[in-house]
Amino acid sequence: MLEGISTSLVDWSRAQFALTAMYHWIFVPLTLGLGIIIAIMETLYVKTGNPEWKRITKFWMTLFGINFAIGVATGIILEFEFGTNWSNYSWFVGDIFGAPLAIEGILAFFMESTFIAIMFFGWNKVSKGFHLTATWLTAIGANLSALWILVANGWMQKPVGMVFNPETARMEMTSFWEVLFSPMAVHKFLHTTSSSFVLAAIFVIGVSSWYILKGRDIVFARKSIVVSSIFGFLAIIYTVFTGDSSARDIAHHQPMKFAAFEGLYNGSEGAGLVALGLFSENSTDPNNQNLKDFAVKIEIPNILSYMAFLNWNAFVPGINDLINGNEKYGVLSADEKIARGKLAIEKLKAFKEAKKAGNVVAADSLKTQIMSPEFQNNNFKYFGYGYIADKNTLVPSVAFSFYSFHIMVVLGMYFIFFFLFALYYTLKGKIHKKRKFLKIAIWTIPLAYIASQAGWVLAEVGRQPWIIQDLMPTIAAVTKISVGAVQVTFWLFAIIFTTLLIAEIKIMMRQIKIGSKTEGGTN
Amino acid sequence: MNVFKRTFRFYYDGFSNLPRWGKQVWLVILIKLFIMFVILKIFFFPNFLKTNFNNDSDRSNHVLENLTNIN
Repeated sequence: MLEGISTSLVDWSRAQFALTAMYHWIFVPLTLGLGIIIAIMETLYVKTGNPEWKRITKFWMTLFGINFAIGVATGIILEFEFGTNWSNYSWFVGDIFGAPLAIEGILAFFMESTFIAIMFFGWNKVSKGFHLTATWLTAIGANLSALWILVANGWMQKPVGMVFNPETARMEMTSFWEVLFSPMAVHKFLHTTSSSFVLAAIFVIGVSSWYILKGRDIVFARKSIVVSSIFGFLAIIYTVFTGDSSARDIAHHQPMKFAAFEGLYNGSEGAGLVALGLFSENSTDPNNQNLKDFAVKIEIPNILSYMAFLNWNAFVPGINDLINGNEKYGVLSADEKIARGKLAIEKLKAFKEAKKAGNVVAADSLKTQIMSPEFQNNNFKYFGYGYIADKNTLVPSVAFSFYSFHIMVVLGMYFIFFFLFALYYTLKGKIHKKRKFLKIAIWTIPLAYIASQAGWVLAEVGRQPWIIQDLMPTIAAVTKISVGAVQVTFWLFAIIFTTLLIAEIKIMMRQIKIGSKTEGGTN
Repeated sequence: MNVFKRTFRFYYDGFSNLPRWGKQVWLVILIKLFIMFVILKIFFFPNFLKTNFNNDSDRSNHVLENLTNIN
C-alpha cells in the first residue's frame, strides 16, 4: 500500500475520470459515424446529381455540426485530470503518450478545423468535387484523431515497445511502430470506430422513423433509412469480427478480465461460454463477496475455448487459477507475481537511495540491472503487483464486467436484425405501415448508446485494479491531493456536462422538428 | 485576390451568415472553452508536477519517491 493514499481518494478520482470519459463518449461516436454517413450521402448527390441527396446531406450535416460543436474539447478535460489527479501515471507514461497525443492534437486541429469549415461554409463556393473531398476528409480526420487516443488506451491494456528507465522514472518508447501496430490497439480502434458507425446508423434510422411516424419528409426519411441500414448492417457485421479479435487479445493479455466478463471461476479445457446468466447473492468464496455465484445460466460448451484460443479444447484459466496459480498449465499465482513485483520495487528503491547518496557506481549498476531484458521480463513485467496488499483486489467486479459484456453482445445481436428489418421494410415500401417498428427504431437510439458505453465499462472496469496492465495499479497512479477537491470537481463536471447534454438535445430537437426543408440552415 | 484574402473572406462570409443553430452552438463553444481554460484549468486543474517542481529532474525524483514509498 502506498503511504498517504486512501482508497477513497482513488475511488473518487476514478469516479471523476469515469464521469468525464462517459460524458465525452456520448458525443464522440455520433461524430465518428455520422461523418461517414454524410460523406456517403454527399457522394450519392455528386454521383446522381439529384438535389434530394443534397438536401438530405445538409440536414444530417446540421445534426453532425451540433453534436461536433457541443462535444468538441470535452476530451481536453481528461488531459487536465491526467495532470492534476493522475500525476504519477502521466509522468510514468509521458514518453509513450507524447507522440500519439501530439499527432491527435495536430490532426484534430488542422485537419478537422480546415475541412469542417469547407464542409459547412463551402456549399456553392467550392466545386462539388472539392466539397465532397472536404466532407470525406472531415470524416476520416475525426476517425484518425480517435486512432491516436485509442492507441494510447491499447498500450495501457497491453504495454509494448518500451523500456522502463529508472533515471527518469518513465516508460521510454523503444518502437513507435510496435506501439502503433500493437494488435490490442489496432483491434480496439477498429472495434470502437465500427461500433460508432453502428450507433450513428441507428441514430439516423431512429430520427427518420420519427418523421415517418409524423407523416412528414417521407422521401427524405426513406432514403436516409436505406443508406444507414446498409451502412449499419455492414458496420455491425464488422463490429462482430473486430469484437471477436478484441476478445482474443483480452484472453491472451488480460486473462483476469476475460475470466471476469465470462464469470469463469475455475478454468477448464473446452470451457463453455455463458450466453446468458444472472448472479445470485451467494458468493463462491466466503472470503471474497465479489465472486458471486450464478443463480441461473445458459452455457454453450467449448465455445469459450474456441473464442479465446481458436481451439475447441484449449485451457481457459479461471479467476481461481489466476489467483492461486495452476502449475499444470503454467499459470503463475498472484503471490508469485506480487513477490516479483516487490523485488522490482525494492531494486528501484535501492537505485533511488544510491542516487540520493551520490553513489554513482551503485546507481549505474542498479540502473543497468533494472533495464536489462532479463529483469524487465522476469520482474519489471510484474512491477504493479508489488503494490497489491490483498490479492483479492486483483479481481475486478465480476458482476459488473459480466453484465456490461453481455449487455453489449446481446444488443449487438439485436442490431443485426434491426438493420435487416429496417432495410427490408424500406425496400419493400412498407416502412410507413410498420408503426410498431418505427417506434422501436426511436427507442433503439438510447440502446445504441447503452451498448457503446457498456463496451467502455467492460474495457475499463474489467481491467481493474490496473491503470496500466500489470505495471501500475490505480493506487500508485493517483496524485496525493485532498479527497474534497476531487469531490468538488466531480460535481462540477456533473453539472457542466449535464448542461452541455441538455443544450445539445434541445438544439438538436429543434432542428429535427424544423426538418430538412430548410436545407439545415447551411447555405 | 490573394490566397490569404480569399481565405479570410471565406471564413468571414461563413461566420457572418451563420444560421440560428450555428450561432447557438458557437455561443455554447465559447462559454465551454471559457469555463474549461479560464476557470477549470487555472483554478481547479493545475498540472501538479509542473506547478510544484521546477525541472524534469525534480519531477522524476518526486515520482520515483512516490513509487517506492510503500509500507
